[in-house]
Amino acid sequence: MGIIRKLAKSVREFKKHAILSPIAIAGESLLEVAIPAVMASLIDDGIKGGNMDVVWQTALILIGLALLSLGCATVASIAAAKASAGFAKNLRKDLYYKIQTFSFANIDKFSTSSLITRLTTDVTYIQMAFQMIIRGAVRAPFMFVSALIFALRINAQVALVFVVVLPLLILALIIMARLAIPIIQRVFKRYDKLNNVVEENVSAIRVVKSFVSEKQEKKKFADASQNIFKDFSKVGKITAGISPIMQSAVYITMLLICWFGAKVIVESNETALTTGQLMTMLTYAIQILTSLMMFSLMFVMIIMSEASAKRVCEILDEKPDITVPEKPVKEVKDGSIDFENVSFSYINDKDKECLTDIDLHIKSGETIGIIGGTGTGKTTLVSLISRLYDITEGSLKVGGVEVKEYALKTLRDAVSVVLQKNVLFTGTITENIKWGDENATQEEVERVCKLAQADSFITKFPDKYDTKIEEGGSNVSGGQKQRLCIARALLKKPKILILDDSTSAVDTKTDRLIQDALKHEIPETTKIIIAQRISSVEDCDRIIVMDDGKIDGIGTHDELVKNNKIYREVYDSQMKGSDING
Amino acid sequence: MAKKKQNIPSKGQPGAIHKGTFKRLLKIIWNDYKPQLIIVIIFIIINSITGAILTSLLKDLIDNCILPIVGKENPDFTNLIQYSIFFAGIAITGIIASLVSNWTLVRVSQGTQRKIRNALFNKMQSFPIKFFDTHKHGDIMSVYTNDVDTLEEMIGRSLPEAMTSIITIISILVAMIIQSPLLTVFVVVFSLLTIFVTKGFAQRSGKHFIGQQKSIGKVNGFIEEMLNGQKVIKVFTHEEQSKKDFDKVNEELFENMNQANKYANLMMPVAHNMGNIQYVAIAAIGTLLALTGNLALTVGTLVAFLQLTRQFTRPIDQSMMQINSIIRAMAGASRVFEMMDIEEEKDEGYVTLVNVKEVNGELVECEEKTGRWAWKHPHHNGTTELVELKGRIDVEDINFSYDGEKEVLHHISLYAKPGQKIAFVGATGAGKTTITNLINRFYEVDDGKIRYDGINITKIKKADLRKSLGVVLQDVNLFTGTIKDNIRYGRPDATDEEVIEAAKLANADSFIRHLPEGYNTMLTENGSQLSQGQRQLLSIARAAVADPPVMILDEATSSIDTRTEKIIQDGMDKLMEGRTVLVIAHRLSTVKNAKAIMVMANGEIIERGDHEQLIAQKGEYYQLYTGNLELE
Repeated sequence: MGIIRKLAKSVREFKKHAILSPIAIAGESLLEVAIPAVMASLIDDGIKGGNMDVVWQTALILIGLALLSLGCATVASIAAAKASAGFAKNLRKDLYYKIQTFSFANIDKFSTSSLITRLTTDVTYIQMAFQMIIRGAVRAPFMFVSALIFALRINAQVALVFVVVLPLLILALIIMARLAIPIIQRVFKRYDKLNNVVEENVSAIRVVKSFVSEKQEKKKFADASQNIFKDFSKVGKITAGISPIMQSAVYITMLLICWFGAKVIVESNETALTTGQLMTMLTYAIQILTSLMMFSLMFVMIIMSEASAKRVCEILDEKPDITVPEKPVKEVKDGSIDFENVSFSYINDKDKECLTDIDLHIKSGETIGIIGGTGTGKTTLVSLISRLYDITEGSLKVGGVEVKEYALKTLRDAVSVVLQKNVLFTGTITENIKWGDENATQEEVERVCKLAQADSFITKFPDKYDTKIEEGGSNVSGGQKQRLCIARALLKKPKILILDDSTSAVDTKTDRLIQDALKHEIPETTKIIIAQRISSVEDCDRIIVMDDGKIDGIGTHDELVKNNKIYREVYDSQMKGSDING
Repeated sequence: MAKKKQNIPSKGQPGAIHKGTFKRLLKIIWNDYKPQLIIVIIFIIINSITGAILTSLLKDLIDNCILPIVGKENPDFTNLIQYSIFFAGIAITGIIASLVSNWTLVRVSQGTQRKIRNALFNKMQSFPIKFFDTHKHGDIMSVYTNDVDTLEEMIGRSLPEAMTSIITIISILVAMIIQSPLLTVFVVVFSLLTIFVTKGFAQRSGKHFIGQQKSIGKVNGFIEEMLNGQKVIKVFTHEEQSKKDFDKVNEELFENMNQANKYANLMMPVAHNMGNIQYVAIAAIGTLLALTGNLALTVGTLVAFLQLTRQFTRPIDQSMMQINSIIRAMAGASRVFEMMDIEEEKDEGYVTLVNVKEVNGELVECEEKTGRWAWKHPHHNGTTELVELKGRIDVEDINFSYDGEKEVLHHISLYAKPGQKIAFVGATGAGKTTITNLINRFYEVDDGKIRYDGINITKIKKADLRKSLGVVLQDVNLFTGTIKDNIRYGRPDATDEEVIEAAKLANADSFIRHLPEGYNTMLTENGSQLSQGQRQLLSIARAAVADPPVMILDEATSSIDTRTEKIIQDGMDKLMEGRTVLVIAHRLSTVKNAKAIMVMANGEIIERGDHEQLIAQKGEYYQLYTGNLELE
């Protein structure tokens, strides 16, 4: 079983606890069998015999055994708790660390919400199964075997009853499992659905309220919740049968043992079996059946966690599709970029190329603007530079070296990208900015904020740079968020700075201030600016016009206005509208 | 305009098991499942009784049917057969009783979980926007799954088992008193001691279980936020720091989980072994008494009594084991109720939106869709007035602050006549979006009034108010479902033709048709397979289908490239035609043709007028327009 071996790797430093727990439980189970036997002798030899010395002696032994059993139980409890909580911790950690190695393509493959369920709900189920196994795996077989041996030793003939009852019971449990398992496996998908409804509702609450679609949302949720109800009810109804089946098995066994036992007693005249032994036999019967019950519970837990285990292993097995050479280049010489016949498609399909035959050479320190409609490949083009995706064909060099030769950290520290879909994290403004460089001083933080024109609004907040940012940056406006993201990227002191439509929500005026600051304060950095507004790019050294995954034209603003049809169209549309800088 | 993080008021200490949680939960179950609960109780009693009968029957079976015929020449088995049949009959009754009570319990436990989930979600729909702005999404989700799940074990297993245990304990106690009242006192005292000791464990474990549920919420919140920003993490090669942060919350969860389970695991063996010691003690005391001949305690009675002691401790052990899951469930239920008790958005509005038609020059309310709407305004004197929905907006001298301290809007007054386009320009943070948040009442004004067709908006029911306002925001949120479903989100009964028409209006039709499944393409993960611009087009189409008389466009076109914007400008113009439009934009091209332009700075309107007037005024707008002014 590959899955188990893979998951077991996460036990690590808790291995000794995971082993200690079943050992201690074995001791506890042994004492559990021994104590009733000693108790019997307390009654038979001590009380019935009227011998007070024997009573005291046996009582002391019993107390000793009870304390020993308690000792074992304490060790087992502590070890099991630690092992299972520790296993879950390590598993979560392994998954989280693994996801940190994922490339953009890996993340796209799993969706974010499915990654979240795998790290939360799935881990919980696996942990429950794990705890069940380390606590029950020893106890159940131990009880089963020892009770069966004792029963056989008393009277093999009567013990044959088990041979009849046990297969029937096992069959019944198997049938039940067969019925329940497919539903159990389905239930998890229902949970995903429910989570999804809540997640979307919470993050889109403004839309929900604006469109007054609470009713629709409630219905969506009620449907998801109804499906969970239906499936869990079905599973519940099936498994609710377990205890009546167990009861029946117990009663049938009792009756059969009494029947055959009585016959044996009567026919052998209490030589082959005594009535006292018959009673003991019944105790063992109950123990045997209880251990079977434990087995079946364990079985159900394992089945329930199997789907989770598989989903978790999918993450552990996923190979980050961006690999780094063994001896990576650790320094980026300068900010030059060279695309040579670069083609790219997200799914490695020639027919669905997002970029075709890109030839582009950017000198270090140049400022490049990129203009083009939505879906023309602007974002894709710049994503390749910091190796967020690997090119499908051709060659791409940064600082004269193939991007594939660099250590990822080296490359990405040198190439700072401000993503179109950007995110701030819970924490203060300073903490967020310091993502760019955690060792930066407060002066440096403030300097980059001034460059990104963020300082002016930050200092207006009552807590200034210590202002708490809420999840996703919901307490700052779109434009403020973008400026904070630019500041964060600047703090890296990159050799190449890429702004992917990062000033769309910023005023034209402020946008201009940012452009000027970048030009004068970090002149040696190569800057690539994707924008919608001509005003954002017109001062660039060169402007690239993208269309349908190809470069439609390169040149200065004046050249393009003269020679490029698309550029002129965009320019005219914005000038007629008299944009601010028109 | 930093909104200060404020705690949503909740009863009592957050993160503790609140007093009355158990009672409240039982009340919810009792209200919905009275007959089922009665059935469960009756059948659990039947099952416990049959169990007791069968145990004693077995003794009779041996004593009365087997022992008498031992050693007989021609043993007569008829008595044995009769007893066996009787035994089987009782056994079947017990099995059926347990099946019925189990099945009923499944319904009760699943039904209660469904009810609580639904109630929570329904309630959440009326929480103020502030709640969503100030709570971690992962933590909210954790309440729906992890916390509600804790109820399952409690209702489905722990409560019924506890009940069975109590019934068993009582019946055995009665039997013990009959055998020997004195020894019973010993047993009771010792059992109380056991309960006392295990209660200590239960309390410790309970404390850590609350910590555990809280940590689970925290870890989930962390994971949710980080994975949603995973691409940013990659770009900043922030993986190492993110791992470190994760380790911190993960470690905290481990500690709580470890402690909670440690004490929980210990409870059962402690109770069990104290039971063993109790047995020994009773045996010793009993023997002493019997041998000295005190209290007429015979050896036979003592043996029988000891058997009962064994049976007595078992249900106590078992109920101890159930305490864990009950405590865990209480921790979960506390979090659930805490969220349920959050104050809802207040809505004291009584003016509603109705369809009207004109009969003899007068407006009359009607059921059918007429395309004409009116505000139905009941007055104090009992008369009801119908005011036709025109879309006039008056903002009268409003002040507002998010946190009650720092005012972000000062003395704002403005009006928009029906069909007028009013634009807001100004630096980010000047308060433009805040005004729109007040008009649709996501937040309430501190001072001043906003009137809609002359009616104070606080008198209008929120749902009706918002229905009449279309909003297109800069951040687009799409829902899991087809493109078609998303476009008709604001009006689910829109026909396919209307959907396509709206898409054409927003210029989204052509890209939608290029998708493999066209209008039936499934969108997931907030439409992540589409570009920002495409998503924005869908949100414009969505607003067009809803067809509201007033539109608020908050940077609606900022992520659309200007070429595309130019193409959809016609559509946008059509969308805006005949409607009152409040538009916030950075591109002055978008606002130039507005009837009035409000130039905002620091929460105040510093200039107003149409484009020509503002240019002629040569103030801030002029400076902005000519590019000479450095805002901020």
